[in-house]
Formats: sequence, structure tokens, C-alpha cells
Amino acid sequence: MELLVAVMVGVMVAASVHLMLARNVLRFIFGLILISNAANLTIFAAGRLTPERPPLIPEGADAPAAQVANALPQALVLTAIVIGFGLFAFALTLVYRTYQTLGTLNSDEMRLAEPRGEDGS
Amino acid sequence: MMNSVILNAATRLLVSLLVLFSIYMLLRGHNLPGGGFIGGLTGATGFVLYAIAHGTEATRAALRVEPQNIAMIGLGVALAAGVSAAIFGDAFFTGQWLFLGATEDDKGLPLSSVLVFDIGVYLVVFGSILTLVLALEEEV
Amino acid sequence: MSWTLASPIIIPFATAVLAFLFRRGPEGRWLSVIGAAALLIASGLLMAEVWAEGVVAAQMGGWAAPFGITLVADLLSAVMVVITGITGLAVAVYALADVDARKEELGFHALFQVLLAGVCGAFLTGDIFNLYVWFEVMLIASFGLLILGGRREQLDGGVKYVTLNLVSTILFLSAVGLLYGMTGTLNMADLHGAVQEVDNPGLLVTVAVMFMVAFGVKAAVFPLFFWLPASYHTPAFSVSAIFAGLLTKVGVYALVRVFTLIFTTDVAYTHTILLWVAGLTMITGVLGAAAMNDFRRILSFHIVSQIGYMILGLALFTPLAIVGAVFYIVHHIIVKANLFLVAGVAKRIAGSTDLAAIGGLYRTAPLLGLLFLIPAFSLAGFPPLSGFWAKYVLVKASLDAQSYWIAAVALVVGLLTIYSMTKIWGAAFWTPHPEGRAPRLTDLPARDRAALLVPIASLAALTCVIGFYPEPFVVFAERSAAQLLDPAAYVGAVLGEASGAAAEAGPGLAEPEGGQ
Repeated sequence: MELLVAVMVGVMVAASVHLMLARNVLRFIFGLILISNAANLTIFAAGRLTPERPPLIPEGADAPAAQVANALPQALVLTAIVIGFGLFAFALTLVYRTYQTLGTLNSDEMRLAEPRGEDGS
Repeated sequence: MMNSVILNAATRLLVSLLVLFSIYMLLRGHNLPGGGFIGGLTGATGFVLYAIAHGTEATRAALRVEPQNIAMIGLGVALAAGVSAAIFGDAFFTGQWLFLGATEDDKGLPLSSVLVFDIGVYLVVFGSILTLVLALEEEV
Repeated sequence: MSWTLASPIIIPFATAVLAFLFRRGPEGRWLSVIGAAALLIASGLLMAEVWAEGVVAAQMGGWAAPFGITLVADLLSAVMVVITGITGLAVAVYALADVDARKEELGFHALFQVLLAGVCGAFLTGDIFNLYVWFEVMLIASFGLLILGGRREQLDGGVKYVTLNLVSTILFLSAVGLLYGMTGTLNMADLHGAVQEVDNPGLLVTVAVMFMVAFGVKAAVFPLFFWLPASYHTPAFSVSAIFAGLLTKVGVYALVRVFTLIFTTDVAYTHTILLWVAGLTMITGVLGAAAMNDFRRILSFHIVSQIGYMILGLALFTPLAIVGAVFYIVHHIIVKANLFLVAGVAKRIAGSTDLAAIGGLYRTAPLLGLLFLIPAFSLAGFPPLSGFWAKYVLVKASLDAQSYWIAAVALVVGLLTIYSMTKIWGAAFWTPHPEGRAPRLTDLPARDRAALLVPIASLAALTCVIGFYPEPFVVFAERSAAQLLDPAAYVGAVLGEASGAAAEAGPGLAEPEGGQ
């Protein structure tokens, strides 16, 4: 199971790196979204995958009855998803505003803050 | 904004349903799937739908309070829930519980600062999603 | 104890809420100043406690370490929080005159306070996943501040800043996940022990390098610094100053923390990489600055070069070198924030930050000239200002460690820094204004003048105090370095105290959730 998830993470990272190497900033953002999901899967798999029960403690007991899935990676992934959601919502809005203002999404043409020529770069 | 009679009529019903459902999700969140984040998302969906059907101005009017302010008030509520532990001499963010009408074998109605925190999260999520969506809608 | 630790996080958040609700009136900006002052007082109290009692730790929500989220402050954390309070207050006062009503209405003060909360949280947390969360809080606030106002250059710089920081964030997150997978814990004090027991040291070093890259992007080290000079010169001056002072230093702090507390299993490998990174960062930063012709862009590149010195201290990993690193961080935050504030005043009275378009400031505004010279000379390392002692300690540490080439690099970079500073001095202060204008400080309204110059003068005075009386600061840095190199006290405060407190207050701890 871990192997399968590992392969999946690898494929996702490869795809997102491909996207992130594009000059189009929107593609870059899509690559980021994909790679952030790969990171979430990594955390999830790092907490060991077990085909067990959900980590719920029955009414009246202090500990789960049998072996249950690891709850911590789930909490971490949830936090990461929530944060990622906020960040990517912001990033998409920013890219949209930039496109409206600068009229381009090609990162090579975005040189306003660092004009060509003056510093030879 | 779309001019569709069906959408307009359905929206009125759906918005109230979604908001009601979001509050249900919020309240059951401590022991069951749900909670402030999910609830806030569901509630915001209702108003996003309203914005699609009736436009952003009508949505802002229906909300009465600016969505940014809702989010910030939510942050304040969540913070107050964490700080409230100080009154009882506990560490920061320790959950405080009050069991209304508790008897020997019945817990009564459990009220907690955890719930207050969740309400804060609900407001933050609700407010920030609507801030973003309304701002994007207005620009398009 | 738990509240002195939590208050530097709570106060800015509460201030943010209030400042946002009052953002349309003058109350908002004064709330921000009051909040920043309260943060400074709270940080002072924390510092007093840490100085008197050693490392202090508290468990959020009463959940015992290593299971709950720990807040912990050793001397390094405490001094970083104090410096955050100082720069926060200085910039909050400066913003009274620098930030216009439109930006205030968009929520400048709230974002600024959330940024302070995120920075303090990152300094105080003892949990590596929680550190990630604070980084995000900080990042979201900094995104907002950077593009607030929405000028074209700001959006352009913002895209680069946002995308590269997101990459580093994701790398950080994956590294946390992998580290958890290997050790089964997220508490940094617990990790200190847990990494010794990892079977596969190669894998551990891989994860260490992932952390190095992730924090390296935040700290803007070679070759990961490109976002910094692309964006730092675009926002409002108050924003530039707080970014320049604090943000990259959070990355440096995180590097120092994990590479003294957790990843010390293969120092020969990891810290050698850091040493190379430090040297190259110093050189590229200072060469980049030499090529620039804009007040703020020169300063931005100098941030990069100065980060190299701090990493150098960490990389050498001797007691004296760590002393130098701690001293350097403290000195640098004050000086760098101050230089950006001076740049803001120069722009206000002379009309631009482009060095070719301004001039004559020395003749007509000599006070500003003096206030520029103090931090500028300190940055370059002139005795007897604070930068001299910081550089002196670091160079001595590299000579003691027989790393002669890095000592040479540090000295040469210091010389080139003087070159850049004299370039600014010559163009902005000495040569006459190209349009024949005579920029005067008295052109500013009296209230603005006070709000702009008082923070600059205070920070300059602080630089002088550190420079003329370095003794207590060096003693402080020595104690702090001793704590960093021997994490026993840190680990003991987090884990030992928790188990002691749990035994003592066992039933009380179980109570809150006992109803289930």
C-alpha cells in the first residue's frame, strides 16, 4: 500500500514539476496545487497506512478497543489542506489581478519590478 | 449574476437551507464529523449561490455586515475562547466546560469554550470565503 | 508562566481584530501603536523570566508534551521576541505618517499585527508542525502587505514572492511529514532525542537538507534568494522595513533552531554545506548590491549578503561562532529596518529612491545624513558600532576554526558593503539634487516629521548603545549560545517539566475533557 502511494506521489511530483517549469504563471500555480496534494499524501503515508478502523473511541471508554488508524497524520493533513486552501485562493486571486493589470502571464515579460538593462540582468 | 426565474426562486429556499445545515454541522462538530471549518464553508456556499442569482450588491445588503468584518470578529471570538482559560487559571487554550442541568447519570447540556472557538472558526471561514468570492465576482 | 509565553502571540492578534474593526478612523492606527507597545512590554517580561529562570516552557491547552503543542522560550527565542517588539513598535509609529488612509482602510494595521503574531509564534513554538502553521500565518499576512495598494510593480514583485515562498512551504511540509514518519514525534525537544535512534542516518540527512532548502528560501540564502530583491523594494516603506528586519530572520532562526537542536547527527556534512552557502550568499548579495542604483534595491541585496554572516556563525558550529550569529541577528534586525526607514524619509523629501534622481540631502537635511550614517556604518562594520563587534566575533571564530578562506570572504564582503554605502551616501547625500531642489526635513508637516524621525533616531540610538557597551550583549549572546549548543536545558524544560506538572496536577489536567 505504501509503495502504491509512494509511486502516486512520485507521479504527481513529476507532473507538477513539469507544470512549474512553464513560463505561464497560471500553470505554475496549478503545479503548486498538485505538488501540495502530493505533500499531503506524503504526510499521510508517513503516518503508516493500516487497513484498520477509524480512530474513534466508543462511548464510555478511555481508549480505542482495537488497533485503529493513526489519527495524527489525518489532523496534520487536514490543517495543511485548510492552510493550502487559503494560500491558493490568494495566489489565484493575485495571478488574476496581475493578468488584468499587466496584461500577461508570461513570467519572462514580468519585469516591472526589476527592469531590464539597468542592472545588466 | 444570472437572470433565471428558476434559479432565483430556488435560491431563496436553498440559501436558508444551506445556512441552517451549516449551523447544524457547526454544532455537531465536537463529537461527530462537522465543525467550524466545514460549517463555514457550507454557509458561505449559500451566500455564493445568492450572489450568483441576485448579484453581489444584493448579497452585501443581505449580509448586513461586511464579510471582512465577520472574519475578523470570528478571529476575535476564537481568541477570546482561548484566553477565557485565564479566568479559571488554566493554560492557554484549555477547554472550559459547563454542564447545564447535569445530574448523576446525565451530562445535561454540555457547553464549552471549544464550541465558542468553533463558532469563531465558522465566522472566519464564512467571512473570508465571502470576501474573496465577492471581490472576484465584482471584478469579473 | 504559560501566559507570559502566550501573550506575545495573543496581544498582536487581539490588536489586529480591534485595528481592523476601527480601520476607517484614526483609532485604528493608534490601536496598532498601543498594541505594538504592549507587545514590547510583554516581550520584556518574557525576557526577564527567561533570564532569571532559564528555559521556560508551557503546554497549550494543558496537553502534556510531547503530545500537545508546546510553547517554549530559551534566550534566543526571547531575544527574537524582544527585537520583534522593538521593530514592531518603531514601524507602527513610522506607519502613522507613512501609510495613507486608503491602505489603512484595506486593513494595513490588521495585517501588520497578524504578521507580528506570526513572527512571535514562530519564535516561541516548540513543535515543528506548529512552526509550519506560524510560517503560514506570517506568509498570508506578508502576501497581503506586499500587494496592498495594488501598484503594478507590487503585483509583479508579489507574484514572484508568493510563488517561491509557496514552493518552500510545500517542501517544509513534506519534510515535516517525512521526519514524523521516521521518528513518530513532532515536538522539537522530543525530536532531539528521537533522531539519535533513527536506523537510517542517510535518510535523516536527506530530510535535514530538505529543511535546509525550505528554510533557506525563507532566509534568502544563495542560491534561493531571487524572490527577495524582486519584491522588497515595491511595497510601502513601513512594510519594506518590517520585512527586511524580521521575515528573513525568521528563516535564519528556524535554521539555527533545527540545526542546533535536531539535525546535529552529521555536522560534518550538513554544516559544511551551510558554510559554502554562507560564503556564496555573502558574495552574491554584496555583488548584486554593487550593481544596483536604487536606494531600496541596494539595501535588499544587502539583506542577502548579511544573511550569509548569520549562516556562517551557524555553519562553523563552535561556541564563539554561535555567539557571533546571535549577536549578528540582533544587530542586523535593528540596523536593517532602520535603513529602510531612512530610505522612506529620503523618498518623502527628495522625491525618489532612484539614486540618480535624488541628491543634496547632506546640505539641506544634515540630521537625516547623521541618522543614515549610524546604521550604514554599523552595517559595514565600522568600529565602534554594533556591526563591528558582530563581524569581529564572527571573523575571530572563523580564524579559530582555521577556516581562513571564509574569514577572508567575510572581510572582503565588509569592504564591499562600505562601497555600497558610500555609493548611497555620495549619490543621495553629497552630490547636489539633479533638479536643483533643496529637500528639507522641515518640508514635512510637524506631526509626520516626529512620527518618521523618532523611530529612526531610537533605533539608531540602540545601535550606538550596542556598539559602545557591547559587553552585556556579548555576555547575553554567550549564554544564549551555550543554551543552543547544549540542548539539555531546552529538552528538560519541555519534557521534564511537563511530566512533573502532569504528575502534580494529574486529575486537574484530565478534568476539562473528562466529561466524555
